[in-house]
Amino acid sequence: MSEVRIRDFGWRHAGRRAWAVRGLDLHIRHGERVLLLGPSGAGKSTLLAALAGLLPEDSGEAEGTIEIDGLEPRKARDRTGIVFQDPQTQLVMARSGDDVAFGLENRGVPAAEIWPRVSDALDRVGFPYPINRPTAALSGGEAQRLALAGVLALRPGLLLLDEPTANLDPPGATLIRDAVARATGADTTLIVVEHRVAEALELVDRVVVLEPGGGVRADGSPDVVFTAYGDRLAAEGVWVPGFSIPPVKATSTPTTDVVRVTSAAVTGRLDPVSLTVRDGEVLAVTGPNGVGKSTLALVLGGLTAPDTGQVRVTGDHRPPHRWRAATLAGRIGSVFQNPEHQFVTGRVADELALGPRRLGRSPAEIRRIVDDLLDRLRLTRLADANPFTLSGGEARRLSVATALATAPRLLVLDEPTFGQDRRTWRELIGLFAGLRDEGHAIVAVTHDEDFVRTLADRTFPLGAPDPQPLPRRSRP
Amino acid sequence: MILAPAPVADPAAPLARRNPVAKLGAALLFSLPLISTVDPVTPAAALLVELALLPAFGVRMRVLARRLAPLLLAAAGILVSMVLFAADRSGTLLLALGPIQITTGVLTTATALILRIFAVALPGIIVFATTDPTDLADALVQNAKAPARFAIGALAAFRLLPLLGQEWRALALARRARGVDAGRNPVARLRLFASTAFALLVGALRRGVRLSVAMDSRGFDARTPRTHARLQRFTGADTALLAGAAGLAALILTVAVLTGFFQPVIS
Repeated sequence: MSEVRIRDFGWRHAGRRAWAVRGLDLHIRHGERVLLLGPSGAGKSTLLAALAGLLPEDSGEAEGTIEIDGLEPRKARDRTGIVFQDPQTQLVMARSGDDVAFGLENRGVPAAEIWPRVSDALDRVGFPYPINRPTAALSGGEAQRLALAGVLALRPGLLLLDEPTANLDPPGATLIRDAVARATGADTTLIVVEHRVAEALELVDRVVVLEPGGGVRADGSPDVVFTAYGDRLAAEGVWVPGFSIPPVKATSTPTTDVVRVTSAAVTGRLDPVSLTVRDGEVLAVTGPNGVGKSTLALVLGGLTAPDTGQVRVTGDHRPPHRWRAATLAGRIGSVFQNPEHQFVTGRVADELALGPRRLGRSPAEIRRIVDDLLDRLRLTRLADANPFTLSGGEARRLSVATALATAPRLLVLDEPTFGQDRRTWRELIGLFAGLRDEGHAIVAVTHDEDFVRTLADRTFPLGAPDPQPLPRRSRP
Repeated sequence: MILAPAPVADPAAPLARRNPVAKLGAALLFSLPLISTVDPVTPAAALLVELALLPAFGVRMRVLARRLAPLLLAAAGILVSMVLFAADRSGTLLLALGPIQITTGVLTTATALILRIFAVALPGIIVFATTDPTDLADALVQNAKAPARFAIGALAAFRLLPLLGQEWRALALARRARGVDAGRNPVARLRLFASTAFALLVGALRRGVRLSVAMDSRGFDARTPRTHARLQRFTGADTALLAGAAGLAALILTVAVLTGFFQPVIS
């Protein structure tokens, strides 16, 4: 159980002009459960890192004070625990039990106490496997549960959760919320940062909204805060419960087939699938993890050859995976789950010019295309920036824009709205709807139920889930 | 995939159960002295001893053969370069291919080199085939007093290695989707390779930073002395293994000297 006092706190990362957080006063009492909200860039993650004592003194400039039970955060490290977004980079050891034991070893807990505390922590988060389960064989949600157990085993008085479900599919996110709910009692002070408010609400009894320029905008019980500030928060990108977005479906009926897939299968990754995509429609491919949704996206995108069956694009007798890359980019645009995988230049504007240049467009045409896309996707200000320095939402918009630069007839999107705040989400929906109404065909692989409800004209549920395949053994 | 190559031996075999540090030390004690001679008989004798000990480590011949496969390539390379470039062409002439004379002297030197490579590599391969990486890191910290920051840190980094393979494939596909391919042009291929490698490096650095912050948040950088959840014991049997390895190496070298086969590297 811990108490947090923040007085006029501010932090500016080295080399930045703007303060990430500033002028923050906040008192969080023993055992309170707080949801920390604010638009992107309001400094929520920076504040959590500061509370966890993870901002090295030489990495920026500090103002004011933070006290955890009267101690400065770096000295209170053994009272705080933090869970981050990405399960892959939080697990240290090869076996699940060893991973939970890792923190206990670091803190010098006597060997005889370690294993009882490990099994206790695993029980509290509902970890379903024996302690020697390889961490590499866990799904995202299970791995994140294990990461939570590793933190809880240290019995932190203050538990910090930095968007712990942002990288998970809906079933994985549910696992984590349940684990947090059952594992943290009245003796744990909890601070959660989460975009998807509705799902975090059951965990908290107080909501604090940070003002982007500095300070606190609102503070109180969830009902009070959302009644007073809900519409403004929603406009700024927070997923406020009760603010739904009206559907935008196609107005005309599609007529022409763009791609026809006949019993295409990839051994071990995708069972035979047949489907047709038509122009002027948005087709959502849904289904649980592991049925091969991303593989289907690669097959449709001409990036992976099906082992059996065929993919036929109207107007070309050769299958798309045999086309030259430039031809492919001119006809089918693929947008990957991780935008950064797609960036190949050092400037946002060059990134957009790349595709048209490969297709042999004239310099004047290229300039027109680039300027138009920068404007439509609110990236003009960033034209000279390095793509790898963009925020999550900006990088997503740029990756979509690069696929549009060659005006392909078919767009294949893999989880296009994953982890986006509400504002970027609405912009993307508007953009896709516009493209569809211009006659483009769009296939989106997605877990996002709001996306399906708002935009999809047709849904293709991929395969009933097979019985859970055994984790693949490493070959000797 | 935990870590390639994962241990594959029968864990109940008497020598496989020994402390990882003892096994590593024994491998070094046995194979390093062999480097002192360039004759073919000494490494051949050492190889025989190593193969005779295999059952005690619980390593099956087939598994071993698969792990030795890359060494065959090295062996072939040695043979070719010795045949083409060896300065010493003494001994009986076996075959003359134009200016290249293959003599018994050339073949003896090549055989000796190839046998040495196998004799030195085999103990290492046996150690890693019988040792779990976590146990090795534990033993390095507890028995060899290696810093935990190094041993456990390396272990955690190894866990991320398989991700690099997946990442590389995703990057290559994403480049094709962007319209970037190299075709048959070697310069373009090299540039594509460099740009993909750069993107891979950027991603790997980010992941490394995130992992180290997560580790520190769980007290990895704390100054409290670490305790050990898994105990590694260094027993009399482990000392005996070390002594046995050193003794066997000494025995082989002594016999080589007495029988006159020993040819020092530095003469």
